Amino acid sequence: MTIGCVTSAPPAYRRLYRDPHDRVVAGVAAGLAEHLRAPVPVVRLVFVALLAASGFGGLLYVALWAVVPVRPDAPRRPPRRRLALQRLAYGALTLGLLILVADAGNWLPGYPFDPVVVALAAVVALGAGIIWHQADPQRRRLGRTAEADAAATAPRDEATRPLTVAAARLGVDVEPAPDRRWFFLRVTGGGLLMVVGIIGILGFFAPQDQSLAATLLGLLFAVLALAGLVVALAPVLWRMVGQLREERIARIREQERAEVAAIVHDQVLHTLALIQRHANDPSSVLRLARGQERSLRSWLYRPAASPNERFAAALEQVAGEVEDAYGITVETVVVGDADHDERVAALVAATREALVNAARHAKVSTVSLYAEVEDDRLTVFVRDRGVGFDMSTVDNDRHGIRGSIIGRMQRHDGTARIRSAPGEGTEVELSIRRGAVAATGRSDHS
Amino acid sequence: MTQERPLRVFLVDDHAMFRAGVRAELGSHVDVVGEAGTVAEAISGISSLRPDVVLLDVHMPDGGGRAVIEAIRKTHPEIRFLALSVSDAVDDVIGLIRAGARGYVTKTISPEQLADAVRRVAEGDAVFSPRLAGFVLDAFARPDAPVADPELDQLTNREREVLRLLARGYAYKEIAKELYISIKTVETHVSNVLRKLQVSNRYELSRWAAHRRLV
Repeated sequence: MTIGCVTSAPPAYRRLYRDPHDRVVAGVAAGLAEHLRAPVPVVRLVFVALLAASGFGGLLYVALWAVVPVRPDAPRRPPRRRLALQRLAYGALTLGLLILVADAGNWLPGYPFDPVVVALAAVVALGAGIIWHQADPQRRRLGRTAEADAAATAPRDEATRPLTVAAARLGVDVEPAPDRRWFFLRVTGGGLLMVVGIIGILGFFAPQDQSLAATLLGLLFAVLALAGLVVALAPVLWRMVGQLREERIARIREQERAEVAAIVHDQVLHTLALIQRHANDPSSVLRLARGQERSLRSWLYRPAASPNERFAAALEQVAGEVEDAYGITVETVVVGDADHDERVAALVAATREALVNAARHAKVSTVSLYAEVEDDRLTVFVRDRGVGFDMSTVDNDRHGIRGSIIGRMQRHDGTARIRSAPGEGTEVELSIRRGAVAATGRSDHS
Repeated sequence: MTQERPLRVFLVDDHAMFRAGVRAELGSHVDVVGEAGTVAEAISGISSLRPDVVLLDVHMPDGGGRAVIEAIRKTHPEIRFLALSVSDAVDDVIGLIRAGARGYVTKTISPEQLADAVRRVAEGDAVFSPRLAGFVLDAFARPDAPVADPELDQLTNREREVLRLLARGYAYKEIAKELYISIKTVETHVSNVLRKLQVSNRYELSRWAAHRRLV
């Protein structure tokens, strides 16, 4: 049995949690064991031993179960299956509670319940428990796929939802149900147990002069009346459930519509108004349209990451800024992606500078930006088909190229290569080694 | 490129304004013989007019461009398709290419480039937008997938180089110059990549399509 499988960063003070993963009944013992740093079997044995003390162990267990929360940061994994042990534990728990209730007369004066009644009540509870158990979502799903009878189970699905939620919250154990037959068997068996228990209790309390048959007849009438009521009310209930569902769907639709309307109103209509105003200024129109396009696109396709986290997102942001500032189109293609770090930031900054240079000097409306992430390096190409220039004639004081591109790349152990010829456009190639902590200023091999 | 007769082009797009724009742009380069705004119109129009190239919008009601390709290819396999789109999820574009389109360009392409792409497709070559080239590199780069058929599921180094340059915004002519090969060889490489894209079963093609977007 593994204890303390959760070892990540212990909190400042230790709190008691239930551990649903390592549970037999509800994970109380496992959680307690971890809290007390004791072996789980020992804690479990203590609980069982305490059962003998007028069922105190059972009471304690139920009390802890009710009070102690499930570990919030627990990894979501299915609980381990230990059927034999679990049945035994449930049995022990039930036994303990029974002893407690039956025994209560000894220390509670005026306690009305006879041990026989308690036993019968236990039978009723057992039957109810078996039926209730069927309401577990996982079990129902299994039963449904076995029979592929979704239509028939849908009503029950709605009707039992509160139960299933409750069951899930209580962390009631689940075992796979083989098929629908087994399901009916259980429901019938549980129902039978309940009926027998109820009859027994009625028989016990029935006045001595009346026969059991009369009592049974009364019970039968009661059941019939109840059945009639259910039949009468079922359509109404069913309709109500349907209405509720429809209302929910309508509400979700309305929310989505409101979100779309907000985008259209706040952005698109606004942009269209601005475009009409600037109709005589093509570069403004282009800039507005391009900015709106980018915004709509990022809304439609929901970018996967923020520019502070991922390389591709950072490049796209930079491309968008340059598009906005200079009214050009940057055709961005990124192959692969990488986490953002100091070097990536330098590469992105140098890329921005190259884009700005192209936008300002190349006299073109479109610039290509291509980035490729390989295992060991990141490479960026910024290319334009603009006027180009002769590298040998570039003044040393052209800070943009010397400092912001070449210098920046060299400081971060990268390279910058610029190819340009008058009339043939310019291509800037930036490359930087990837990854490991070995940044500049630190020794690579320590 | 001298042509005995101008190329006959058919436009399929559900936006009339866009069709008018493309018609005006392409008018001087090719002969726009017809246009259609719905899948049904397109199928009947293309069947009767038999153009050389169909410019096809990816997203349309009633099955989109894919339905058009699938219907026409059965009866007129010689008609070539070029997908043209403003912004689409990769899976739609890949779906169109796997259905038989010879290439994909974005609607922001310049008229000269579009005319060039139409001519290339008419000659049986393939046309990749930079973004599509990037996607193909991405999808074929992952080494983590089992390779069923190396002939189909992997790119050669040369193909990779060509795609890289395409993604960098190079024209075919510039690629040829850069790699010291002929334009015809570049075209062959791109056509081979297109074929791989059409028949390869690499699961990335669908998996990546779900996460990425073109344009």
